[in-house]
Amino acid sequence: MSTEGKMPFVRLAKRDSMAPKEVWLIRAGSILLALLLGCIPILLAGSNPFVAYGVIIKGSLGRSTYIKQTVKTAVPLLGCALAIAPCFKMKFWNIGAEGQITMGAIASTYFALFWYDKVPSVLLLIIMAVAGAVAGGIWGVIPAFFKAKWNTNETLFTLMMNYIAIGLVSWLQGGPWEGRPGSQIIPTFKPQACLPKVLGIHCGWIIVLVLVFLMHLYMNKTKQGYEIAVIGDSYNTARYAGMNVGWIMMRTMLISGAISGLVGFIFVSGANNTLYNGVASGVGFTAITVAWLSQLNAFAMVFISMILAILSKGSNTLQSLMKVPASISDIVTGILLFCMLGCEFFINYQLIFQKKKEADV
Amino acid sequence: MNTAPAIELKGITKRFGKVVANDGIDLSINKGEILALLGENGSGKTTLMNMLAGIYQPDGGQIYADGRPVQITSPKEAFLYGIGMIHQHYKLVEVFTAAQNIILGLDEGKLDIKATNTKVKTICDRYGFDINPTQKVYDMSISQKQTVEIVKVLYRGADILILDEPTAVLTPQETEKLFLILKNMRKDGKAIVIITHKLNEVMEVSDRVAVLLKGKYIGDVPTVETTPEKLTNMMIGHAVTLNINRPTYEHPFPKLVVKGLTCIDNEGVKKLDDVSFTAMGGEILGVAGISGSGQRELLESINGLYPATGSVSFIKDDDTSVELLGKTPMQIRQTGVGMAFVPEDRLGMGLVGSMGMTDNMMLRSWKSGTGLFVDRKKPENLAKRIWKDLDVVTPGTDFAVRRLSGGNIQKVLVGREIAGLPAVLTTAYAVRGLDINSSYLIYNLLTEQKMRGVAVVFIGEDLDVLLELCDRILVLCSGQVSGIVNAHSTTKEEVGCYMTSVGGKEGGR
Repeated sequence: MSTEGKMPFVRLAKRDSMAPKEVWLIRAGSILLALLLGCIPILLAGSNPFVAYGVIIKGSLGRSTYIKQTVKTAVPLLGCALAIAPCFKMKFWNIGAEGQITMGAIASTYFALFWYDKVPSVLLLIIMAVAGAVAGGIWGVIPAFFKAKWNTNETLFTLMMNYIAIGLVSWLQGGPWEGRPGSQIIPTFKPQACLPKVLGIHCGWIIVLVLVFLMHLYMNKTKQGYEIAVIGDSYNTARYAGMNVGWIMMRTMLISGAISGLVGFIFVSGANNTLYNGVASGVGFTAITVAWLSQLNAFAMVFISMILAILSKGSNTLQSLMKVPASISDIVTGILLFCMLGCEFFINYQLIFQKKKEADV
Repeated sequence: MNTAPAIELKGITKRFGKVVANDGIDLSINKGEILALLGENGSGKTTLMNMLAGIYQPDGGQIYADGRPVQITSPKEAFLYGIGMIHQHYKLVEVFTAAQNIILGLDEGKLDIKATNTKVKTICDRYGFDINPTQKVYDMSISQKQTVEIVKVLYRGADILILDEPTAVLTPQETEKLFLILKNMRKDGKAIVIITHKLNEVMEVSDRVAVLLKGKYIGDVPTVETTPEKLTNMMIGHAVTLNINRPTYEHPFPKLVVKGLTCIDNEGVKKLDDVSFTAMGGEILGVAGISGSGQRELLESINGLYPATGSVSFIKDDDTSVELLGKTPMQIRQTGVGMAFVPEDRLGMGLVGSMGMTDNMMLRSWKSGTGLFVDRKKPENLAKRIWKDLDVVTPGTDFAVRRLSGGNIQKVLVGREIAGLPAVLTTAYAVRGLDINSSYLIYNLLTEQKMRGVAVVFIGEDLDVLLELCDRILVLCSGQVSGIVNAHSTTKEEVGCYMTSVGGKEGGR
């Protein structure tokens, strides 16, 4: 550093390392800070923030029916965050989960509509799940193939693929799969094509919990998970280690798309029992928040997706009870994201204030 | 004309941590003169000029502009003193036009792009620049982009222009055009500094040459009074004895035969031109050359990481040979020939910075074994062994290697490469940025490998080290093999001559 001239009042220095305990303390603090900052919009909406938070908690967890609804909201979020995790670890910015979910939902719906009387229920559900995964996987591989081959921008590519998928559903809804003519609605699935309930919630929650363990294993213990981590850190190191980067990219997107497709299957078979053009309902994007807030840790995703589900479910109650707009939950989620990502900065850097006069080097 | 120097540096010192990049440098820059700042890579030329451009602040010494002591704390302030620098890597907005780039960051009140275009045109006509102010940068050739950078600096009224290796990316014709422009600017009374390590250009364009060596100022001479040989000797300095232990291996034998290796980069520039040599088992083959002469491409193409034509054959113990060129790194490994590579970019190519030692050991073994899961047991043991044997200073084998010091990072990398018991060990700048102790540790490790019968290829930048460590030295010059000399008997001067011109002939090509 210069000995003469102006020294900035604060400067940044990279931290060497930090005890894991401190790291989690900072993260917990940032959640607390976010909740405090979240009071401001609630106050502006004319409510008492503490009462409002109470209503959110009660409205999402207060009764067993509420809990069921909250879990139902969390299931696709969690599933989709798991799908996105390997891509983001690889620094492949897949924001096309929405489309991959939709394509999975379309494929599952086909079998639900046209095969329900051909095979027994269990087999039908398995076929639907597999079809969903395959369709989502194919939808995911396409942008990866173009990136591997011609280095196209995956963010734009995956984003655009979303609209194609959604447009496809709109066409099916008004055309070939329309139920009652003129209704613009695809008929509700027959019971054979609906996921059975376990503990009062469609069994999609069991599927995603199994996926949590599988994804954790995949990312941390397998050769493929290792390849993904190396590519994410340095493309050249991956080449040096003899990895076929293009192929790995395509394979990872196949897996990611397949999981998203499976979420699409859970949506149509478990949650909605039909298909409509808003089937993914923004989950593909919210899941990015979940994945990011969890630092791509599969177990942390369980909690984060629950928190977001509580916020979203609870604020619906808030709206009906206290006339506070439900979009307050989006605002709080945004603040949460901001604070939690901001705290990563303080985990990696420390501020050094001028008053600590440093001895000359 | 004013006789006072435009800029005077007195006792300028700059440190980065423990490394002294500039050590008490005195230098003056005069109006109406082209000064060549000459020195090998890492000699501190760019650092010194960055202090004039306001990018770094000196740790000691004083800068004078027109005889007054000044402090230059930002590039914007540098312009107040009329100093403008054209960096090696251009900083232009691709989707903007030339004129838009030129006025970027200037606060001239209301934006009048027409007036700007006219003003740019005037500057261009005055010095003979050939650019269209309304052309977008992405449509421009590299030389046009450079022109925009120069005009940008002139537009801001700079009288002192610093060009950092301006010819590195230019074709000979473009270089000639640039020199003509520089001479026009000299006529106009501007002070010009070009940072370079190309001797023929120094001789052609400069009025005076100042030489730096390892951060120290060696001296300056009027160009007409010197010769390329004299400058080479100033640039490489006197031979220094390092006392590197150099035992000889009894009977070196051919291990890697390279024939007609040629590489062409994305821009169509020949990086390697018909390179042929044989690396012997039981020998350290040094590779010398001014940086950017094709060293990186040489090792990367041998290791399957850079496309090339020609042939690289590995001679097996039973005298049969395996062709390596055209194979991917994985295919090369699968042939089982035992190639090890310590690349120049340690964290960007040789290691994964965010991972610990164990996971970095896995870069060589991740594929081993059947099944889906990785084996972390063996890499963990290897990491522990290297940690102990090479005294790597780290809290543990899971600690991100990015956070280790340069010497320890290199120990991890070299340790891993040697652990594979290679037959050929290729290294690029293996001791760059390392302290003395770590450097000697690396020298000894390489020599140990040589005595095991390994063919070691050592790309180096310090000639003293090359002369004392290696058995033979291959000198690269502009991608060609300029000469191969016996390191036991050659001199620094001989290697220096080969470095600056193919075949060691005087006056360049």
